[in-house]
Amino acid sequence: MKQQRIDAGPAGPVPWYDPRVRSLFFQAIAIALVFWGGWVLVDNTLSNMESRGISTGFGFLNKTAGFGIIMNLVPYDATMSYGRTFWVGLTNTLLVSAMGVVTATILGFIIGVARLSSNWLVARMALVYIEVIRNIPLLLQIFFWYFAVLRNLPSPRQSLDVGGILFLNNRGLYLPGPMPQEGFGIVWGGILLAIAAVVGIRIRARKRQLATGQIFPAFRVGLAILVFVPVVSFLVAGRPLEWDLPVLRGFNFGGGITIIPELAALWIALSLYTASFIAEIVRSGILSVSKGQTEASRALGLPNGLTLRLVVIPQAMRVIIPPLTSQYLNLVKNSSLATAIGYPDLVAVFMGTTLNQTGQAVEVVAITMAVYLTISLLISLFMNIYNRAVAIKER
Amino acid sequence: MTEPTMKAPRKAVRPVKWMRENLFSGWFNTVLTLGVAYLLVTSVGPLLNWFFLDANFVGSDPSACTGAGACWVFINQRLNFFIYGFYPDELQWRVNVMFLLLAVAFVPQFIERFPGRKWLGIFGIFGLPVVGYFLIPGGSFGLEAVESSKWGGLMLTLVLAYIGIIASLPIGILLALGRRSEMPIIRGISVVFIEVWRAVPLITVLFMASVMLPLFLPEGVNIEKLARALIGITLWQSAYMAEVVRGGLQAIPRGQYEAASALGLGYWRRMGLVILPQALKMVIPGIVNTFIALFKDTTLVLIIGLLDVLGTVQSTVSDPTWQNVATEGYVFVAFCFWVFCFGISRYSQKLERKLDTGHKT
Amino acid sequence: MRKMRSIALGVALVAGTFTASSVMAATTLKNVKQKGHLQCGVTTGLPGFSQPDEKGNWTGIDVDTCRAVAAAIFGDAGAVEFTPLTAKERFTALQSGEIDMLSRNTTWTLTRDASLGLNFAGVNYYDGQGFLINKGIGVDDATQLDGATICIQAGTTTELNLSDYFRAKGMKFKPIVFDTSEQTVQGFAAGRCDVLTSDRSQLAALRSKLSDPNSAKILPNTISKEPLGPVVRQGDDQWFNIVKWVLFTQINAEELGVTSANADDMLKSDNPGIQRLLGTDGDMGAKLGLPADFGHKVVKLVGNYGEMYDRNVGPDTPLALDRGINALWTEGGIMYAPPVR
Repeated sequence: MKQQRIDAGPAGPVPWYDPRVRSLFFQAIAIALVFWGGWVLVDNTLSNMESRGISTGFGFLNKTAGFGIIMNLVPYDATMSYGRTFWVGLTNTLLVSAMGVVTATILGFIIGVARLSSNWLVARMALVYIEVIRNIPLLLQIFFWYFAVLRNLPSPRQSLDVGGILFLNNRGLYLPGPMPQEGFGIVWGGILLAIAAVVGIRIRARKRQLATGQIFPAFRVGLAILVFVPVVSFLVAGRPLEWDLPVLRGFNFGGGITIIPELAALWIALSLYTASFIAEIVRSGILSVSKGQTEASRALGLPNGLTLRLVVIPQAMRVIIPPLTSQYLNLVKNSSLATAIGYPDLVAVFMGTTLNQTGQAVEVVAITMAVYLTISLLISLFMNIYNRAVAIKER
Repeated sequence: MTEPTMKAPRKAVRPVKWMRENLFSGWFNTVLTLGVAYLLVTSVGPLLNWFFLDANFVGSDPSACTGAGACWVFINQRLNFFIYGFYPDELQWRVNVMFLLLAVAFVPQFIERFPGRKWLGIFGIFGLPVVGYFLIPGGSFGLEAVESSKWGGLMLTLVLAYIGIIASLPIGILLALGRRSEMPIIRGISVVFIEVWRAVPLITVLFMASVMLPLFLPEGVNIEKLARALIGITLWQSAYMAEVVRGGLQAIPRGQYEAASALGLGYWRRMGLVILPQALKMVIPGIVNTFIALFKDTTLVLIIGLLDVLGTVQSTVSDPTWQNVATEGYVFVAFCFWVFCFGISRYSQKLERKLDTGHKT
Repeated sequence: MRKMRSIALGVALVAGTFTASSVMAATTLKNVKQKGHLQCGVTTGLPGFSQPDEKGNWTGIDVDTCRAVAAAIFGDAGAVEFTPLTAKERFTALQSGEIDMLSRNTTWTLTRDASLGLNFAGVNYYDGQGFLINKGIGVDDATQLDGATICIQAGTTTELNLSDYFRAKGMKFKPIVFDTSEQTVQGFAAGRCDVLTSDRSQLAALRSKLSDPNSAKILPNTISKEPLGPVVRQGDDQWFNIVKWVLFTQINAEELGVTSANADDMLKSDNPGIQRLLGTDGDMGAKLGLPADFGHKVVKLVGNYGEMYDRNVGPDTPLALDRGINALWTEGGIMYAPPVR
């Protein structure tokens, strides 16, 4: 504390009463303690590992893994290395986290708004949902969605069948997979073109509005372009898309896209659980915008929708973003519960099987923790950048 | 948003009018109301049937479960295991005494005008851990020792959450002070510690505690599994606690710091006598909220093989004598947690409103 | 008390008050004697091998292996405490000295012997990996399993064997990896997988856990060798020998016809082999650092290998496993112990 300098007097005769000296002294002690503690830990660990004959180093990452993983976004088979299992686990973690973040946000915003609805019944139901879901441990919810629900789904041969396209059974949800044929590049081109056009129109519309005050219906026109251009290019290219339909072969369905039950259970549980927290954040964010703002906006003649979009939400976002960030972080961390139901995420695959087969706990745990630390820092960073963008600009 | 231009003069609201205002204002709300009501009606009936009407409550074995609904007999029969784990029958009174003391210390906190509830709370935080320290493990005062591998069920859940929160509080306070320190190195160390622990999932912390911690210790020093889990939980929790306490420290107006300095108090007395008492009082709701979070997170210990309440249920639902009782088991655990968490969160909300008058000007 | 003190100690240690001067470990035997009990690592629950009942009393063949060691050291088969361990924790727990021996149906492999700092002290059950399958699927042989979804328990050799087997046969499979055997059965029962794979001894136990055991069957194929046995830390040869020879004593006792029922009478036997086994002749105990009558105590209190087998996994138990290759070498099996001499 700077104030301490006063009680030390201008030129303290005894150096140990000088706060600067004291502060240096304490910091030196702190550093020494940390280094000593660290050294003791490292020393203990190394000597323990040596005396117990545990192999060390990161060489194991290049050895053949030799076990199978049910779901991989990056190419993998049992002949690949332990290092590859790390990437498989990491991408699976990222996949379920990303899916969870998207659905939890959408659901959370809907429920948060519903909580403030003027409709008594809807507001009550939203409240019940929030209070029930967020007071029950996530792990239990994952177990419920996995073990209790899975048990009641039919076996592959009695699958629930939606028009011969969608199949649901206790092995997962089977969706038709799109198979782009030759000439699909034209469709991609159309999509890119549409996006570019929409961005251009928005910029033009904004400029014109600022200059002349005339409002151009950028949203509706943009939407029309977004739908129209890709569809036309799809037809022009001769419908270069076929669907890979799931078919029952042997034990299981093959073909198409499969959402395995582990992923589905984890995804549902993470989304529902996090949504209940996000809903409360959204609610308090909206409530934090003072009524005067809404009234002022109305007085300016803005319709309800625009009031919400241009006045309430931008201000609410400032309140919402910091706690929302920590909910996203929680969701990513919570995705590690995958290991309880066998979804092959980073913790289950790398910190589970790989750790076991190699026995190199220290290296594997250190890598895993470093990954989570990195993910956390990255999310915080992006959200901080976004937060700065929406923060009040004081001039 | 169709506010009536004139409020009804009478206080009593007629139901029809109320419904028109709150349920059927405009076509959108009408559709919503009808939709939600339909869902409610179709789901509540079967749920009620399953929970109560078709369920079986009494009996001693699976054959008693004849109804189409829930088989609560299962919960009934295994309740002892779910609450005490393997704790010996004849010694369970010791756990019951602790349950009772916990209730005596903390339930009055919900009652506004309970005489001496402050002292009961202080006993709950400082005295009870000491009592529990001797009572639950035993081994002294002529109490028979019960090794921690026999602890389980709800009791273990409470032990983990309670010790986790009590032990993390002092560490959290130190870290928060460190993070607000003027000394860059102390601040740096605190920030790194807090951010690292907060960034990693509890599961990896528990794994580290159960698999790696033994490697960190000098040879010949052993900490048993439950204690290792507690160390992991405490360190992890103290990082969160630090952030809560920091919130309180930041909310104390600068004038308080300056006034304390002006009195000539040194750092520790300034913090201990002036700042912390105010800051901690302000963050009680925050502490209670982290406690709820921790309480729910203790279920994760089942992944490292400790039998908490979810673990005991999980290990019995696969019992072949009882068929397909997973849902009943999960509902039971959900209910246990929900009652605790909902009750405590209500308490914290009440407290928040009450304390809200403090430093905001 | 001791537990709580260790909690306090742990917190203190983490808080930074480490003592760098590590207490040099005395020998395991000395430690165990000082503690007054043996600390033994077992599973969190595996019928026939190590399973706690509702009161926390442990039974099983692995549990009896621990009890036999306790009986040899203390003359009291009850002087043993069990630490339930998951597959992931087991080796660290042993390496760190948290437990004195690991008896957790652990497969003896080269890697574990050589690079994990462990020593396998023998084999108390010869097992092999097999498949449990729903009868409804209509598969009679593992070679027809191409494309199957398979439930496995994490952290076991079975994961690797399975991959090897399917790769060698040019077949594909989808592994669902669970943390505990309970969850594995739950997954199989819920229909998440077509096949459950594990050691054959376990398949019998897991099958008995199904609500309708007759709906599933065990395929005839055995795809691996799984010698299961007790494990100790490397670097303490005396302790290694004790665990090894307690197990050999039990096997030799069966071969010599000594049982827990006739152990007292056999003390008067004039068969020199039995005399050496039971300690009435020679100084076998002293050579190991054990009481002279350790063999007598082991057989009297825990029983010979055959008794241990029959009691826990034999035909009269829910597992109903035939002796098979676990029969003595004199009876067509491969259970064979070096002579006590």
